[in-house]
Amino acid sequence: MSDKSFSIIGSFKTKNTVEKVASFIFIACAFFAVIAVFSITIYMIISGTPAIFKVGLKDIIFGTVWKPSADVPSYGILYVILTSIVGTTLAIGIGVPIGVMTAVFLAETAPRPLTGIVKPAVELLAGIPSVVYGLLGILILNPVIYKLEMYVYKDSPTHQFTGGSNLISAVLVLAIMILPTVINISEVALKSVPTHYKQASLALGATHIQTIFKVIIPAAKSGIVTAIVLGVGRAIGEAMAISLVAGNGANLPLPFNSVRFLTTAVVSEMSYASGTHKDVLFTIGLVLFVFIMLINIVLNKVMKGGKKDADS
Amino acid sequence: MKRKFRGIITLLIVCVLMAGTLSACGSKNEESDNTTSGTEATDAPEGTDTTETTDTATEDLSGTITMAGSTSMEKLANAAAESFMAKYPNATVTAEFTGSGAGIEAVTAGTVNIGNSSRNLKDEEKSAGVIENIVAIDGIAVVADKANTVTNLTKDQLIQIYKGEVTNWKDLGGLDQPIVVIGRESGSGTRGAFEELLEIEDACKYSNEINSTGGVMAKVASTPGSIGYVSLDVVDNTVIALSLDDVQPTEENIKAGTYLLSRPFVMATKGEVSAQSELVQAFFTYMQSDEGKELVKSVGLITVD
Repeated sequence: MSDKSFSIIGSFKTKNTVEKVASFIFIACAFFAVIAVFSITIYMIISGTPAIFKVGLKDIIFGTVWKPSADVPSYGILYVILTSIVGTTLAIGIGVPIGVMTAVFLAETAPRPLTGIVKPAVELLAGIPSVVYGLLGILILNPVIYKLEMYVYKDSPTHQFTGGSNLISAVLVLAIMILPTVINISEVALKSVPTHYKQASLALGATHIQTIFKVIIPAAKSGIVTAIVLGVGRAIGEAMAISLVAGNGANLPLPFNSVRFLTTAVVSEMSYASGTHKDVLFTIGLVLFVFIMLINIVLNKVMKGGKKDADS
Repeated sequence: MKRKFRGIITLLIVCVLMAGTLSACGSKNEESDNTTSGTEATDAPEGTDTTETTDTATEDLSGTITMAGSTSMEKLANAAAESFMAKYPNATVTAEFTGSGAGIEAVTAGTVNIGNSSRNLKDEEKSAGVIENIVAIDGIAVVADKANTVTNLTKDQLIQIYKGEVTNWKDLGGLDQPIVVIGRESGSGTRGAFEELLEIEDACKYSNEINSTGGVMAKVASTPGSIGYVSLDVVDNTVIALSLDDVQPTEENIKAGTYLLSRPFVMATKGEVSAQSELVQAFFTYMQSDEGKELVKSVGLITVD
């Protein structure tokens, strides 16, 4: 009895039907995702390209003036693209070291009771909706950054004060938002390093810390890179939280400037835009889409590379 | 026992999934059915819809009203056209948005029934026989955070602030703190009206461009030294509404025409409303009814008494 696989009534026929129906459902589900990806790609290209022909790709991507509703409209998004790149890079620069160190702590050095506190906290962080990050950013982060801004630019007559809604706030919020992704994936990577690596290192006389930095982290490198790439994906695609804290001025991404990311550029003006303005917003969406596609290709390459490492 | 349960549960899940997909298909069909019946109804409004004809039998006006004019009035004109057509299913209201001047020209020339204008009519326009019917008033309040000691600004000061020429409140008689200039995103009607009334179109240097009225209120309330603009109807006690040229932004002052940041929304006609066609008269009666006033309020405007 016990070695027989499950069945509802026990007859071979019903079992067969269940198998067939189940596999059909799986196929349908799988195609659902594929269809979604294809239709989104086609839709983005169809709706994003008209503006390129109308305004000119060079004017959009390398233009620095964003004045879509002026008498002579100008649709330059260079600063917006730069902001997305700079903002994401900085967020990764802050978030990844913290995330990886947390993962090391969880996987290696944490005493059991502490793990019980840190791990649920990280998981909770992953579940917080992004708009809540944005609200906390407005209420807590912005006033603090504004004080800093007033201190730094105390006597500057030319600086435009942003009230704390600037690149720094956006980067800090993004850095916190990518933490759960980075921590969870790095932790899994660190834990999957074979124990005999660690044992061998310790047996050779290396200390625990030396072992972590010279053996375990290098061995888990590909997993950590995956974590970083996923973190980049999360940071570049985030819109809600940073639309609340970044100020949304299309300026050069300097620390105390009010800045606009690719995502917020689309979100903030979609509701009232019309004509060419709307088409350009779709083009911004297309640019963002291309960015995310590139990141995904990199991710795939990295994951394949990781597998090769494990095999050898 | 356990295994049997698992089987039953699997079956249940399969059933639920199947039901889900089937019902999804079903609802889609229903939807498409609805749309087809909808188009049929518009194709042949008489006869097919018995419930509505009884409702509007007494007000059975047919014909077309044409409107042209101000782009700022797009929201109001479209909302009015839509709800008017819902009330009088045989009537058609078309609206074009060509700019206030063009709208008045068109109504003077008699090519449209109603010319929309987001400013008062000029004397020469009035002398051409065009009557100014104000249907709503657009009011914008300039707000600052509660700790601000400046309570009044002149028009020039406001322009200087938004152009980035004055960057500290101490230059305006307030505390020594920088001004954080907050505005709406481009494309917003409030921003369009604000910049148009101060004649600073596309010359503003915003430090924050926020895409909602509520967002501007929250940001101004929480940022010391900030200044922003919102529709008058949302101002509450989390911020202070600044007086402009010593006039407080109240509905009374706006109706009296003394407040700077307000403008009338005019639906001009050639000759008095009473001299217009029955349908146009019905349109103005509708705009002045309680229903019409609700509509004006719903698009964030002030009603005219």
